Amino acid sequence: MTTRAQSSQEQSTAPDAEQHVPKPRRFFELLLLVLSWIVAIGAMCLVDLGNTASWDHRIVAAAAVLIVGSLIIHVILHLKARYADPFILPIVVVLNGIGLTMIYRIDLTTPNSSVGSQTAWSAVAMIACAAALWFLTDHRVLVRVTYISLAASIFLLLLPLVPGLGTEINGARIWISIGGRTFQPGEVAKITLAIFFAGYLSTNRDLILLAGKKIGRVRLPRFKDFAPMFVAWLVSIGVLVVQHDLGSAILFFGLFLAMLYLATNRFTWVGVGLVLVAIGGFFAYKTISHVTVRIDSWLHAFDPAVYNQQAGGSGQIIQGLFGLASGGLFGRGLGNGRPDLVSFANSDMIVTAIGEELGLLGLGAILMLFLMLVSRGFRAALGTPDAFGKLLAAGLSAAMVLQLFVVIGGVTRLIPLTGLTTPFMSAGGSSLLANWFIVGLLLAISHSARSPRVVNEDAGDAEDIADTGQLGATAAISKLGSSSHEETASSPHTAGGHS
Amino acid sequence: MASELTVTLLRFGFLALLWVFVFVILAGQRRDLGLGQTLRFTSLPGRKKNKKKGEAGAAGTAGTEKQQAPKRPSQLAIIGGPGTGSIARLGDSPVLLGRAQDCTLPLDDDYCSGHHARLFPQGSRWFLEDLGSTNGTFVNDQRLTRATLVEPGVPFTVGRTVIELRA
Repeated sequence: MTTRAQSSQEQSTAPDAEQHVPKPRRFFELLLLVLSWIVAIGAMCLVDLGNTASWDHRIVAAAAVLIVGSLIIHVILHLKARYADPFILPIVVVLNGIGLTMIYRIDLTTPNSSVGSQTAWSAVAMIACAAALWFLTDHRVLVRVTYISLAASIFLLLLPLVPGLGTEINGARIWISIGGRTFQPGEVAKITLAIFFAGYLSTNRDLILLAGKKIGRVRLPRFKDFAPMFVAWLVSIGVLVVQHDLGSAILFFGLFLAMLYLATNRFTWVGVGLVLVAIGGFFAYKTISHVTVRIDSWLHAFDPAVYNQQAGGSGQIIQGLFGLASGGLFGRGLGNGRPDLVSFANSDMIVTAIGEELGLLGLGAILMLFLMLVSRGFRAALGTPDAFGKLLAAGLSAAMVLQLFVVIGGVTRLIPLTGLTTPFMSAGGSSLLANWFIVGLLLAISHSARSPRVVNEDAGDAEDIADTGQLGATAAISKLGSSSHEETASSPHTAGGHS
Repeated sequence: MASELTVTLLRFGFLALLWVFVFVILAGQRRDLGLGQTLRFTSLPGRKKNKKKGEAGAAGTAGTEKQQAPKRPSQLAIIGGPGTGSIARLGDSPVLLGRAQDCTLPLDDDYCSGHHARLFPQGSRWFLEDLGSTNGTFVNDQRLTRATLVEPGVPFTVGRTVIELRA
């Protein structure tokens, strides 16, 4: 942080250091966007080539939504967040485009018809992202809704339990249905929980860290400092156990642990959390039948009895693995695989469908895109000056990584398969909406991370630093900035005490 | 209907296109990840020296003064109130002043707030910012309302403690 500020300071005296000032790079983004359209539309055309050889109106609609939507977001970035990260948007457009392609392709060979609604949801999600960017010029205003977003998370998580509104699909009661359309409120709760954790931890970080009893080398936080976090955690986990959605439970618990670690830099928390997961997982395996089935079909996937089991058999996983295997290194080619053999090929198992048709190389490229997307999120977290923005960007990125790990680990039989969506790809509007909204937040934060900050002697801009940083946040930034100050701190303390 | 060969070519072409996209983004990130910047940063002092040698004879003192970044004050001295006489060394990181024990520079002064004020470096200067303290932070008898530049030798008051920066 200091080197960055220094370099911008030096820039005013040394004219040869032009490159220190971050550039908006919006035209580079446009270039990447054009490339991303070529990739997405190319994929759609390749499917068509193998099947009908003529333009399908569904494809035209999907392509039009992608192009128009991303152009709108691009223009809004021009107007509202000139310094936003130029890589995030094109990456997401490619991921969404390939997702739409695969859903369309699976529609062709199965009785499903979800590409139309997925296209519509893409449009809605992109509008949500654009709206987030338009109205959220400064992400720090979200600190004000810290507790509101805790309440919203609880509300959203409890919604599916409301009789008449909540619907149970495939044994998990995580959907609500309004007018025939289903929606998964848990996906949105992911964002509101991240906002709550970021807001709460950025203001109360010092209290959690420094107040409380010390037992051995570990300092336990006082209960009153930690209680809201505990409530958030308890509600999210408790509700999910009731609703039988293991994937979301892992996701929320992981988000909780990741943000706690990001805020406090104490690995002890993660250690304690993992031990709790192990204990909880063991008891869940022994007592909850839903979990037992999941773990059995993971451990004994190739057992014919488990494979042919009616509810929760391992057929889905094994067919997915066969699909990946038949894809090989280069894949069968778009439109030439048999993803129709796998149940839920366009939602839970879309990764194996892609692996089958694009092969290891194609799936590898997509994983690279996810990696780069997440690293851009962490980059924004590193660059942004306020503790809240840091925590929010890093937390949302961590949530995305976790979700990917749970999904891809599940379909490749590394961990038990739990029903989570692949961000931007799986058929499902709520997931698409939530993830595009996350993209909007990351773009907004990356704008504040990359825009030049100059503090003048007359302190015109310094004022806004003083304004926004309430005590906790500013103090936390100075701490997050470096750890070396502790050494300098010790000497004045002792000196001051003596005289 | 396209022939078998073109379909195969298009298939591999698409995979290649995907990876081209990945590599274009990677190449674009190179500068943004700060690789170029750090290289530049480390090479700067060397270049300065060379320039200085060349200019020493011709341009004289004015040129060299402009090249040399002025040094940031590196000492903080308490010159009034409780704890008078103690001197703290300043690093590159911001300093939190206040009565709370987690402050970088804890002050034993009943008139201070827990987290009273913050000194932070910007380039070659230190700025002082009041963190909403009860009794205020004063420079030249002016209560601070915004982050303000602190010159070395100009005392400022935090609670009853008077502090000044020294070079």
